Formats: sequence, structure tokens, C-alpha cells
Amino acid sequence: MRPQTNADQLHGTLDMLVLKTLAAGPQHGYGIAVRLQERSADVLQVEEGSLYPALYRMEQRGWIAASWGLSENNRRARYYRLTRAGRRQLEAETDSWKRLAGAVARVLEA
Amino acid sequence: MYPVRVLRDRLRALTRRARVVADIDEELRHHEDRLAERLAAEGLTPDEARRQARRRLGNAVALREAAYDVRGGGLVEAFFQDVRYGLRLLRRSPAFTAAALATLAVGIGANTAIFSVASGVLLRPLPYPSADRLAMVWMDNARISLREDWHSFPNYADYRAQNTTFEDVAIFNRTARTLTGEGDPDRLSGAYSSANLFDVLGVRPAQGRAYTAAEDRPGANDVVLIADGLWQRRFGGREDIVGRTIQMSGRSLRVVGVMPEDFAFPTRETEFWVPTAAPDDLRTDRGSLWLQVIGRLKPGVSVAQAQADLERVNAGILERFPQQKGYGVYVAGYRDQLVGRVRPAILVLAGAVGFVLLISCTNVANLLLARASARDRELALRAAIGAGRGRIVRQLVAESVLLGAAGGAAGLGLAWLGLSALVGAAPADLPRLEAIGIDGRVLAFAAALSVGTGFLFGLAPALQLARTNPGDVLREGARTSGGFGRSLRRAFVVAEVALAVVLLVGAGLMLRSFDRVRQVDLGFRPDHVLTARITLWGDRYDEPARVVDFFRQVLARVEARRGVAGAAGVGTVFLSPTPYSMNFSIEGRPDFPFEQRVEVPVDAVTPAYFRVMGVPLRRGRTFDDRDTSTSTPVVIINETMARMFWIDEDPIGRRIKYGSLSSRSPWLEIVGVVADTRRTGYDAPVRPETYLPHAQAPDSAMMLVVRTTSEPEAMLAAVRAAVQSVDPGMAVHGGASLESLLGEMTAARRLNTLLLSVFAGVAVLLAAIGIYGVLAYSVEQRARELSVRIALGASAPRLLRLVLAEGLATSLAGLGIGLAGAALLSRSMSSLLYGVTPTDPATFAVTAGATSLVAIAASLPPALRALRVSPVDVLKRI
Repeated sequence: MRPQTNADQLHGTLDMLVLKTLAAGPQHGYGIAVRLQERSADVLQVEEGSLYPALYRMEQRGWIAASWGLSENNRRARYYRLTRAGRRQLEAETDSWKRLAGAVARVLEA
Repeated sequence: MYPVRVLRDRLRALTRRARVVADIDEELRHHEDRLAERLAAEGLTPDEARRQARRRLGNAVALREAAYDVRGGGLVEAFFQDVRYGLRLLRRSPAFTAAALATLAVGIGANTAIFSVASGVLLRPLPYPSADRLAMVWMDNARISLREDWHSFPNYADYRAQNTTFEDVAIFNRTARTLTGEGDPDRLSGAYSSANLFDVLGVRPAQGRAYTAAEDRPGANDVVLIADGLWQRRFGGREDIVGRTIQMSGRSLRVVGVMPEDFAFPTRETEFWVPTAAPDDLRTDRGSLWLQVIGRLKPGVSVAQAQADLERVNAGILERFPQQKGYGVYVAGYRDQLVGRVRPAILVLAGAVGFVLLISCTNVANLLLARASARDRELALRAAIGAGRGRIVRQLVAESVLLGAAGGAAGLGLAWLGLSALVGAAPADLPRLEAIGIDGRVLAFAAALSVGTGFLFGLAPALQLARTNPGDVLREGARTSGGFGRSLRRAFVVAEVALAVVLLVGAGLMLRSFDRVRQVDLGFRPDHVLTARITLWGDRYDEPARVVDFFRQVLARVEARRGVAGAAGVGTVFLSPTPYSMNFSIEGRPDFPFEQRVEVPVDAVTPAYFRVMGVPLRRGRTFDDRDTSTSTPVVIINETMARMFWIDEDPIGRRIKYGSLSSRSPWLEIVGVVADTRRTGYDAPVRPETYLPHAQAPDSAMMLVVRTTSEPEAMLAAVRAAVQSVDPGMAVHGGASLESLLGEMTAARRLNTLLLSVFAGVAVLLAAIGIYGVLAYSVEQRARELSVRIALGASAPRLLRLVLAEGLATSLAGLGIGLAGAALLSRSMSSLLYGVTPTDPATFAVTAGATSLVAIAASLPPALRALRVSPVDVLKRI
């Protein structure tokens, strides 16, 4: 992620964003990166060096599941989808992120 | 689930690595392709799009590695990779590999072999339950300064009844009987014991039973326990052996049991056990010392506590029987007893091989350092590409561990060979010889040593690597020789030389001791003498005259043979450390007070003894035919006794008797004084000794000594024939030349000296190789400097001196440190030395000289090569 936000210092934040992206439907690695960029209005641009290790880690944790399929241009690509455990993880991470963001906002307002 | 999936991925990567890599690659390539497409769609040319996409993907290798880190084989795979790479490297430089392997194999092999010995002899538990609770109880005989003397029966009974620290104590001692019946008469070594011995030891017979306390009295003791070996050898392993009657020394004994195969108490040669069955007079006689005592301590009781306890009992005995003064008690752990006397030697040898291993490691470390410098650039490149420095260090260490493991495997093979030779050459009386072998503990030791040494010498190049900056190495065109590496190498050589010097001093001291021992004047001529033992048994020989007659006839027949220069007999206590001893009194002088009583060995000898053995007569005469059972009782004493008790007078004609003045033994007239002999060993002190004529002291167990004109062993058959012709039921046993008997006495010393010398030799060789290697490399490094000197006109001698100076400087430093270290350490081996001090100047001087010579010899070839450096070639290379 570019230095505009320091959020990517934490693995957890990237994980949460990827999980959220996949909540909209299965996607391959490139697709996830594109979606993140679009939805964040170009603020968040994931570095491939962080994305794929994170994907593999989350797969091992059971939050996402992978399978090979055909992509939009008929090429072989590895698709990831959210699992039930992943959905629960997404909820938990979203809750704690919102709490953190709220606390930070309150401090800054004071 | 998480750890399971991780494991699954790692295993999958290990077994189908290519597949995993291909998967990752395909996924990343898809990403790159789509990215390039999009960039092209945004207006870039296809090539530019492709290039930008690739740049976005970043460092492809790093990316793939990061991804693979999560899904890949992890540390295990990395380790296997390193090992494979290491193997390839080793194969590519066969000379280096061979040198390193050989060095390591020698070092690890020698250490494993010696450790096997130490493990078997010193560590392996004895084959008795709770063997650490077994303890020997000796009689500390202050009168003859013998700490481990035997007990009298009443004293043993008192200890048994009054102690509080032992579960039980038992008596035993060695004995021998002649087995007759089917086959040749066979003289067997065995033991007698109280019935509770086997309970004390905690061993049960494999067949039948042990004898009972009821059978342990005269009249009821016609029972015997036999050893498994005897059962197989002599009785063919027959099923009905228990209950059979066998004939031993004229008595019919019923076999009540067979002991298990590995039971060997008190010695490996014990083949039967019989009850002690002490006769009534010995049960009350506190003056006859004929029993060894072994006991089992109560759980938790220490040897020191038992010692104090028995000393208390002994004090009670001394109060009631003041003439026991001088007889104390000494308790020692049984294992210590067995192995205590060989422990120092084994430890010294272990230390010596440890040094050899250190030198080996140092050599290999030097080799690795030299090679690491050569690989400077390769390693720097790898670091630059992105292999973490930690990864490279790990790989270097894996290489070294691989080398260590290979060296260890080879060393194990060497150790196995060496052990067979060692066990064959070991003195037969080495305790626990049967426990020496390559068992689990030894294997674990060898494995730990291999890996450990691998780590150790792998540290050197790894450390050097840690101190170099890859950038520097790549930038500079020519090679850098890390100054750190150079001084490290030199320090290694100094250490090697020091260690080798210590070993040389040790070996030198042992060699000189051995030489001194061999020069000891025994007082008799041991060459060309055959010895053989005969023990008479049977009612016939209850009559003394028959005993005398038997030996006289046998000796006459043996002497009549061709090839025999003389034959005589001496009591079988010859060469024994615990001879039959008595104290004595001198006519015309008061009794010795208890503390000053001296006990002297009493030996029955036939008239020809002193002549046959070559013992010079100093005064008076030897025994001859006029000394019969009816003539005046006579005695011969040795020089030391004459010197001690008849300082200014001639002992000839004086009279002594055994026992105190009031004892009923006869007065003996001293008729001769003979030279001192050392009959109990080279390093035994000379003691006062007495001899009686066999005709007057008809010992029925004698050792024949036969002086032959040719090889002694050749006459054994003739001796046996002579004995058979006089009485066919008597066995001749233990036929051996006197020299071989004496050789056995020095066998241990000889083996130790040999081993230490071999280790020292190996150490010197390795150190010399080390000096040579370092110097040769240094010459290569300094090629530029040397060629400049040559170009400027330096002469050959000056160049030589330059190079030699470097070699000698390190060697001399090592020599100095080594000599100082040797002076400190040699004190710890003083128990092994004889006739030399631990800081013997001659040995140190010779070692210094030899080391200097070796250093010069090792430094010469590289120095000479320096002369042949061609300046043109070298300067061209810059």
C-alpha cells in the first residue's frame, strides 16, 4: 500500500480488506487487487509481494478456499472464495476495526 | 486446522516441489499478463506494458520466494537443499574432500574407539542388580602396608553379626581343583564361598539351585555349582547335569546347579563354586587370613558410612583381642575396585584423543577457511541476489555438518576396526573387557561428535563471511584476503602445534617410563625358563614324604631330558602380590612389638631353585641334599632382610622362627643369603623374603621352573610326560614361559605407551600438514608482494628467510605454549610414570628439538615454491 495510509503495517488490515472483497463473490488474485484499488478510489494499491503470501496464509487458516478455474479471458487462474469461517473472521475484524477507528476519531476531535 | 494445513502444504512441497512452484508461477504469471493487458488498454505499447507490468510485480525471485515461504517446504526443505548443494560442492573438489574426510575420520574414529573402552570399562553397569550397592570389605593390614588383605573367619563373623550398614556380607576366595573322570585330568579355577554369596550378588543359578547354609559345613559340603562354560565344554551341555556326581580332586561332588552364561565372579576364569565349609579350628582362629568379603549395602548407605560402621566393629574386636593390633578394615565400592586401577590410564588416553580431534578440527577449519576465501565472490553474488545472509550461513553450516557426518561415518568404521585390534591386544586381566563394544551409547557419542565438530569447524568460514561486506568483494576486481581470516588461520596453527607438543611430551614420558621399567633388575634371569603348576590332591599325598618324593622324581625326570639345563620347584605364590606371609622372631632378641612386626613371604623351594633361576648367592650356601625332613631345620633369607635385621653382623648361623618367641614353630638356622629378587613385578618394591627347603616344608602345590636350552614352550610336553609317568592322575596346568608371564605384567603399560605414541605421531603429522597448508596459502596470497621483491632484486636466501620466518614464528609460538601446557598437565599422569618426573628435562628438550625440526621441514616446500614465483605472471594478473 502506498504511504498515504499506514494501515498496511498490520497483516490483519490487509486480511480484512481481502476478505471483504471476497464477500462480494469469488475472485482471483489480480481481480482482488483491481477491486481494492477501484473501491478505495485508487488510495489502496496492494503490492503483489504482500498480497499472495497473505492469500496463502489465509487459505491455510481456512478463511478462504482456492480452486483453479477459467478467468474472464479463458486463461487458467486460481480463484479464492470466502468460507464460513472466513465470514466470521471478517465480522470480527470489521467490528474491532470500527471500534479502533472510532476511538482514533474521538481523540483527534478533542 | 491451521497447523494441519501448514503441515500438509509443507509435505506436499517436499514431495512435489516442482508442482507447487509451477502452481505459484502460473498464478503470478496470470497476474502479470492481466496487468500488462490493462496497461496496454490504457495506451502503452505492448512491450512497454509488459515491462511495466513486470516491474510492478517487482523482484520476481523475491516474490516467488516470499510466496513459497508460506506454501513451501520450510526449513526442512531448505535443509535438504543445503545438503544437496553441499554434496555437489564436495564432489567438485575431491582433493579437499578427501583430505578433510581422512582427517576427520582419524580424529572421530580414535575418539570413538577410546570412548568405547571408557564406556565399557568405566560406565557400563555391572551385570548384578543394584550393582552400585556392592562393596568389598578388605582387611587393612598395617603390618605389611597392604591395604587390601584377607580376613580371618571369626572377624568376618563379627562383621556380619554386628554391622548396621549392610544387608548381608558373604565370604569367598579363589581356589582350584582337578577334575577327573572321563577325559584328561583338568585343573579348574573356581571359588569357594558362603551360601549367601549369590543372594548378596543378586544372581540365581540358571539351572538347579545354589548350595544352602546347611551344606556349608564340613561333612555336608559334597556339593558343587558349575559354570555354563564348564557345563558345555566338559559335559557337552547334557540335560541331566543337575544331580550328577563328578570327581574333583578325589572327592565325589554332586552338581546342584549351573550358573548363567554371563556370570563371572570373582573372575572370568571361575568355573565352579563350592561351599567354604570352614573347619572348626579356622572358625576360631583370628590369625589365619584367608577370606575375601563382599557385601551389599543397605539402600541409601554410602561407602563412607559403611567404613565408619565397620571400624566401630573392628574397634570392639581390638579391645577383646589386642594381638589383632595393626589389622584394620577398608571398605571400597566393588566397581571402583574392579576398574579403579585402570581408570587413570583410560582418562589420559581419552584426553589424548581429544587433543587429536581438536587438531583434526582445526585442520579442517583451516581448509574450509581457505576454500571460503576462494568462494568469496560466489557467496557475495548470492547475497546480492537476495539470498539472506542467514540463509547463506545456514548453508555453510549444513555443508560442514555434512562433512562432519561423513567423516563420522568413516570414523565409525575405523573405530570398529581399531577396537577389534585393541581388544585383541589388551591385557587379559583388563577388567570389564567383555563389556567393550560399539553399543547405543557409543553410537550416540559418535553421532554427537560428528555433528558437533561439523558445527565447530563450520563456524570459522561462517564467521569470516559475517565480517565481509558483499559489496566490497564484488566491487574490487582482485581478490581480498580477509585479514581476519589470515590471523584466524595462524591462530589455528599455533593451537595445533601446542596440542601436538603436549601429546609428544606425554608420549615421551611414557616411553621413558617403559624403558626404565624394562631396565629394572629382576634379580633373576627370566629368559629360557618354562613354568608350569602342579597341585597334588588325594589321600595319598597327605603324607609329606610322598609329596617330597613326587616332586623329586618329577624334577629328576625332567632334568634328564635333553634340552633341559635345570629344573626346580617353588611354591605357587611366585609372582603373586599376596604371598603366604608370616611374621617372625629372631633368637636372642626380644619379640617385636605389634606395630613393628614385619611379615615376610615364606616360599618352599627345591635345592636347584636358585641355580636354575640365576639368583646369585651372597653368603653361605643354598639348600642341598643334606637338608631333609630329619636334619636341622634351615632357612635362607634375602639381602634386604639381612640388611634390615643384621646390620653389622653376619646372619649366617643365627636362628629365627615364624610367629612370636613363644610360638611352637621350630627354630630355623640361617644358612644362606641370596640376592634380592622382584618376583611380584617390575615396579614392586623389594621386601624381605625367606625360603625353606621343600624337603622340610613339603608344599603340595608347586610351580616348576625349568631352564631350557631352546624355546621354553617346547619342553612343556616333556614336563607333562614326566608328571604322567610319576602319577597319571596329576594335571599340569598353566604352562607358559616366564618371559610371557612377566610380559603380561607390563602388558598394560606397553599398550598405553603404544597408544599414546601413536596418537602423538598422528598429532604431529596433522600439525605439520596444518603448518604446510597455511604457509602454502600464505605464499599464494603474498605472491604479488613477493614478486615485487624479486623484481626489486631480493636474493633467494632472503626470500627463503622471509617465508620461513613466518612459518617458524607460528610454530615456535605453538611450541612455547605447548611446553608450558605440558608442564602443567603432565602432573595429572604421574601415576602412570615410572622412574621419570612429570617435568623430565630430557623429554621436554627432545620434544622441543623434534618439533622445531618438523616445523622447518613443513615450512620448506612452500618456502621453496616462493622462490619459483614468476614476477611477470603474477603482476600480469592484477
